[in-house]
Amino acid sequence: MNRRHFSLPSVSPRFFPIWRRHLLVWKKIAGTSIIGHIADPMIYLLGLGYGLGSLVPQMGGTPYLVFLAAGTVCYSTMNSASFEALYSGFARMHDQRTWEAIMNTPVTLDDIVLAEILWAASKATLSGVAVLGVVYLLGLSHSALTLWLIPLAVLIGLCFAALGLIMTALAPSYDFFMYYFTLVITPMMLLSGVFFPMEQLPKLWQNLSAILPLTHAVEIARPLMTGTVPSGALLHVGALLGYTLAGFYVSLVLFRRRLSR
Amino acid sequence: MTAVLSVRNLHKSYAGQAVVDGLGISVNKGECYGMLGPNGAGKTTTLRLMLGLIEPDSGSLSLLGHAVPEHAREARLRVGVVPQVDNLDPDFTVAENLLVYGRYFGMADAKIQARIPDLLDFANLAHKRDAKIPTLSGGMKRRLTLARALVNDPDIIFLDEPTTGLDPQARHLIWQRLRELTMQGKTLLLTTHFMDEAERLCHRLAILDHGRMVAEDTPRDMIAKHIEPQVVEVYGERTSAWADEHAAHYCERFEISGETAFCYVRDAQPLLAHLHAQNDLRYLHRPANLEDVFLKLTGREMRE
Repeated sequence: MNRRHFSLPSVSPRFFPIWRRHLLVWKKIAGTSIIGHIADPMIYLLGLGYGLGSLVPQMGGTPYLVFLAAGTVCYSTMNSASFEALYSGFARMHDQRTWEAIMNTPVTLDDIVLAEILWAASKATLSGVAVLGVVYLLGLSHSALTLWLIPLAVLIGLCFAALGLIMTALAPSYDFFMYYFTLVITPMMLLSGVFFPMEQLPKLWQNLSAILPLTHAVEIARPLMTGTVPSGALLHVGALLGYTLAGFYVSLVLFRRRLSR
Repeated sequence: MTAVLSVRNLHKSYAGQAVVDGLGISVNKGECYGMLGPNGAGKTTTLRLMLGLIEPDSGSLSLLGHAVPEHAREARLRVGVVPQVDNLDPDFTVAENLLVYGRYFGMADAKIQARIPDLLDFANLAHKRDAKIPTLSGGMKRRLTLARALVNDPDIIFLDEPTTGLDPQARHLIWQRLRELTMQGKTLLLTTHFMDEAERLCHRLAILDHGRMVAEDTPRDMIAKHIEPQVVEVYGERTSAWADEHAAHYCERFEISGETAFCYVRDAQPLLAHLHAQNDLRYLHRPANLEDVFLKLTGREMRE
């Protein structure tokens, strides 16, 4: 590996036309895309919320549906960012050679990777906001503090887009992404307090849970949903930002190596 | 003459294998310069080095007055690229492809929109303005890729095998457009393995093999310097027996490839008179061309 592959990201405002490109593609399929954004989390939220919620009316002192709603905003945002960064990112880099076309212009790989992260985060934010809309619609929360879930969704989107791009940079083909979803994303969903409080798990698992990015997101989202200010919010935001920056840097180094062959 | 592109003593190797090996090239303003070479000669790697997309192991590169790769971004502002494999945006229409690509150069939408009709006319695609990319033919896609490379009104255009995979009609139209560009004073750098393409379009040519330049000249001088002016191709079942017996006598140089003997001569008359008397051999007499030079310098064996 070349020493220059490790240099810090050097980005320019030229990333913006790439973001606009992705937006223009998305606008053409926005209808089906939005239905997908809403349908999947709705099914989980309502299915589990009403089904399980009738058996377990209270979870950690809140109605189960409200408890679940906070987690659903987070994991739905995570899923959306991950899918975009992995599948769509790989298509643009590999099958469509979109990156190759862009790199022949004054835009650099650093700009392209930044645009990928920002775009995936934009789409993911929309997912989070869609779930939040359902929460309002069902009357699950009326606190103004829930508006903070929107910037939180942006941060979750950035974080999982950046982490997902590491996989994209390493992937030989689409099949590779199954590993990430079954071995990373799904266990993370179960270990981050989305469906049940982490106190239910053995101590060892709790320790693992404490360092997962989705846990940090849920720790902020859950109090906001019930109208209380989250404690230690700065720490959680810092952790999510740290994962984002690390993901950006590591994926960029890997992309530089992959595309210089 | 001012060099718009100059490459000195360029080296690049992958896993210990030299792909570009001490290459030096200088391209003048307004010139069409061709790089010929068999597959794996290092043509595409050389283009990527020139654009600053990969870093050389050693050597220096200057493109439009900018050191590459250090200032490749500034240089690429004034460069157009037609890649070997089409990478148009399949989700967009023809016009949207041009608009989106222009934005990468920092051009305002209004300025790009104003250029689109001219670009579409140049590419004979005005009637396809709102067509989706998957509905275009191979020739149309290539023409659109060429138009896209012109969106920023570049000073130099890199073309990596611009007509590979096209039918003759589509190829001739591309050639005509490339000639128009050189007449407008654009500098072109193209790679190809079509000899007639190189001979028709290029002011100067380089033949590359194993990452090295093996010859550089105008197409006419390349032929004059490296090869006898007349070629007689002799073919038929008895070719090899005939060649064993007579070729050395009649030809200054000959090569056998499959069932064909290529006889290179200054004066073809004695050979033709001899062949006329042989009923079981067929033959073709023609002037030497660039392909003969290419095969002489890079060999006839397959490259895979």
